[in-house]
Amino acid sequence: MGFSKDQLLDRLQELEIDYSKYEHPPVLTVEEQAKYVSSSEGALSKNLFLKDKKHRYYIVSAMVDTKVDMKVLSQRLGLGKGGIRMAPEEALGELLQVSLGCVTPFAVVNESARDVSLLLDQKFKNQTRCIFHPLSNDVSVSLNMLGLDKFLKSIGRDPVYVDLEANPVVGKDQAPDLAVYVPSNSVVVPEVSNKTSTIQNPPPKSVSADVKPVASAKPSKPAGKVKSIADNSAPSAYKNPEKFVEEIMDKTSALLLSETKGESVEALTETLRKRLTSDFTHLAIMYKNTAYAEGFYAGTRHQPKRL
Amino acid sequence: MEQSLSYDNRIDSESSDQVVNPWEVSAKDGGKIDYDKLIDRFGCKRLDESLIDRVERLTGRQPHKFLRRGVFFAHRDFNEILDAYESGERFYLYTGRGPSSEALHLGHLIPFMFTKYLQEAFKVPLVIQLTDDEKFMWKNLTVEESERLARENARDIIACGFDVTKTFIFSDFDHVGGAFYKNMVKVSKCVTLNKAKGIFGFSGEDHIGKLSFPAVQAAPSFPSSFPHLFPGMDKLRCLIPCAIDQDPYFRMTRDVAPRLGYSKPALIESSFFPALQAKNGKMSASDPNSAIYVTDTAKDIKNKINKAKSGGHQFSVVQHDLGADLEKDIPFKYLSVFLEDDSELELIRKQYGEKEGIMQTGDVKKRVTEILTEIVERHRRARAAVTDEMVEAFMAVRPLPSMFE
Repeated sequence: MGFSKDQLLDRLQELEIDYSKYEHPPVLTVEEQAKYVSSSEGALSKNLFLKDKKHRYYIVSAMVDTKVDMKVLSQRLGLGKGGIRMAPEEALGELLQVSLGCVTPFAVVNESARDVSLLLDQKFKNQTRCIFHPLSNDVSVSLNMLGLDKFLKSIGRDPVYVDLEANPVVGKDQAPDLAVYVPSNSVVVPEVSNKTSTIQNPPPKSVSADVKPVASAKPSKPAGKVKSIADNSAPSAYKNPEKFVEEIMDKTSALLLSETKGESVEALTETLRKRLTSDFTHLAIMYKNTAYAEGFYAGTRHQPKRL
Repeated sequence: MEQSLSYDNRIDSESSDQVVNPWEVSAKDGGKIDYDKLIDRFGCKRLDESLIDRVERLTGRQPHKFLRRGVFFAHRDFNEILDAYESGERFYLYTGRGPSSEALHLGHLIPFMFTKYLQEAFKVPLVIQLTDDEKFMWKNLTVEESERLARENARDIIACGFDVTKTFIFSDFDHVGGAFYKNMVKVSKCVTLNKAKGIFGFSGEDHIGKLSFPAVQAAPSFPSSFPHLFPGMDKLRCLIPCAIDQDPYFRMTRDVAPRLGYSKPALIESSFFPALQAKNGKMSASDPNSAIYVTDTAKDIKNKINKAKSGGHQFSVVQHDLGADLEKDIPFKYLSVFLEDDSELELIRKQYGEKEGIMQTGDVKKRVTEILTEIVERHRRARAAVTDEMVEAFMAVRPLPSMFE
C-alpha cells in the first residue's frame, strides 16, 4: 500500500540526507511528542491536513508557535473566507496513507498524494534542524530543511515555503498570493474507507512485509480458489460447445446484417472471413485451452487404476 | 559479419546519446529514438521487404501487421531461421516478461501479440520466462510479491491467446535448477566480470545477484535447458521476439553459444511503443498517463487519447493547408500499429496527413479510441476466462507432444 517508514528512511539514506532518528511510544499531539523529543534536537512542527470545498487537499507544516489563521489562509489561497477546513479522517488514510496524528510533509512521497499541495513554514528555514514524523507516529526524525528540500525534489516536487503569518490584503486589485499553490486536480475520497479493496492505481511501490491487501494474497495452492473449475462465472463460450457455436452464429449474423449492401455474395463472404477469422481463432484457442486445463486438472488428481 | 563484442553500449556512453539498455530507454534531448543509429551501434540488421515477403510465402498467410508496419524492424539471423524452416527444420520461440507490476499496458502486449502470430504461422512451440528473480533483485519487492506478480502477469499473457499444447510458461523462482541451471553455469563460466561490466554497466556497488542474472536470461535460448520439452533435440534453433532494449543479453548469449557447442539464438526485435505524451522514450508502467492499460475502461481510453499529443494544427484552416504532422501525431502512430486494414490506414494517412485533407484530429482520435477499446475489451474477456487451473497447466513441467503441429 503506502510507503512505510523504513522505506522512507532507506530513501533518505540513499539520497545521502543527514537525519537523526528518535523512537518513542506513539504520539498523537505535539505536546506528547515534545515529552520525548527535546527542543535541542530541532524545532518541532505542527502539521495540518486541510481540504477545500472543491475536494482539493493541502498539507500545511509549520513551527509550533506560528499562528495559522485558517480564514486568512483560505483567502490567500483564493478560496474565500471559509473555504478551507480540516480534512476528514478517511482522507488521511486514503491520500496520505498515514494514521491519525501523523500528518507530515513526507506523506507526499505516496502516489496517492500526488495532488496534495504542500506548504512549508518559511520560519523553518531559520532553524538548524526541524522535526517531522517519518510516516509513523512512533518515530520522529530531525533534519535540516535542505535535506527535506532534496527529498522533495527527488520525488519531483518543488519545495514551497510560505510566510504563514502574513496577512496581505486580498481584493479586486490584489490577487490572492497563494492561489498558485492550489492543486489543479481535485480528489475523490470514497465515503467509506475500504481497506480491503485493492489498488485503484497501479501500485507504485511494492507491498512491505506487514501490509498486504486481502484480495490479492494468492498462494500457489489457494484454499478458496478465486477462479476454479466449479466457478461458472467464466464466459461459458469457452467451456460449453453450444455457447461456443452460439457465439459464432451471433457474431456472423450480426456482421451479415450490418454489412450487406447489395454486393455480391462472394464479396460478402470475403468480408466475413476478413473480419471474423481473428476473433474466432481467438475464441477457439481459449476453448481449447479451457478443455486442456480441465483435462490436466483431472489428470493430476486421478486415482491410479487398482491392479 | 556481426559486430563482435565491442561493448560500446555502456549506460554512460561518451557521446551522451540516447540510452537504450534493459533498464533504461530514453532519447537524446527529449527527442525521438534514432533507430538507425541503434541498429548500427548494436550491430543487428534491418528487417527488409524481402524478408517479410519470404515470411508470407513460407507461412501462406499475410504477414502480421507488426511486420508490415515496421513495429518489428530489426533482427539477427532471422534469414537463417527461415532457411532452416524452408528445408523442413523446425525451431522454437522464446520470449519473456519481467513481472514488475500488475499493471500491464498495451506496450507490454505487443511482443506477446507478435509471438502468438509467430506460433500460429510457423506452428512452433514457445517458452515464456517470467523473470520474478530479476524484479526481486532490481526492484523493491519481496520474493512473495514478485512470485505473485509473475502469476498475475501469466494470466494476461495467456489471455493473448497462446496454445496450451504448444506453450510452456515458467517463473525463474520455480524453475531454475537441473538442466536449466547447468546451462546457466556453463554460460556464466564464459563471461568474465569485466565483460559483464562492459555490457551491462555493472559496478563494484551492484550486488552479486545482478551479476549472475544475465545467465538466467540466456539459458532458455538453448533447447537442452528444457529436457522435458526437447529431449535429444540439442540442435533445435531458437528465435527470440523481444524489444530491442533486450539486445545486450542476447548479444552476450550469441557470443557464448558457439563455445558451448550450441546454435546461436536468432532475434527479431521491436521498437518502443510511444508514450501518449510522446516525451522521450516509451510507455512506462510507472507513469499511468503515458499508457493505455489493459484495465482501463472505455472512458479512460477516450480521455487518455483525447489528451494525447497530436500532430494536428490548432486551426482547421491550417490543418487543411498543411495536413497533420504525422511524425508527431501519437494517435496516428497508434493507428499505424493497431489498425488491421492497410487500405484504411492509407486512406487516413492521406486524408489527415496531406494537404487539403479532410480529416481532423478528432476523427483520428475517435477511430483510435474505438480500436484500442476493442482490443482492451477482448483482452479483458479472455483474461476473465483464465482460471487457476489453466495457469497451472501452462506452467506445468510436461511434454508437449503436438508442439509442431
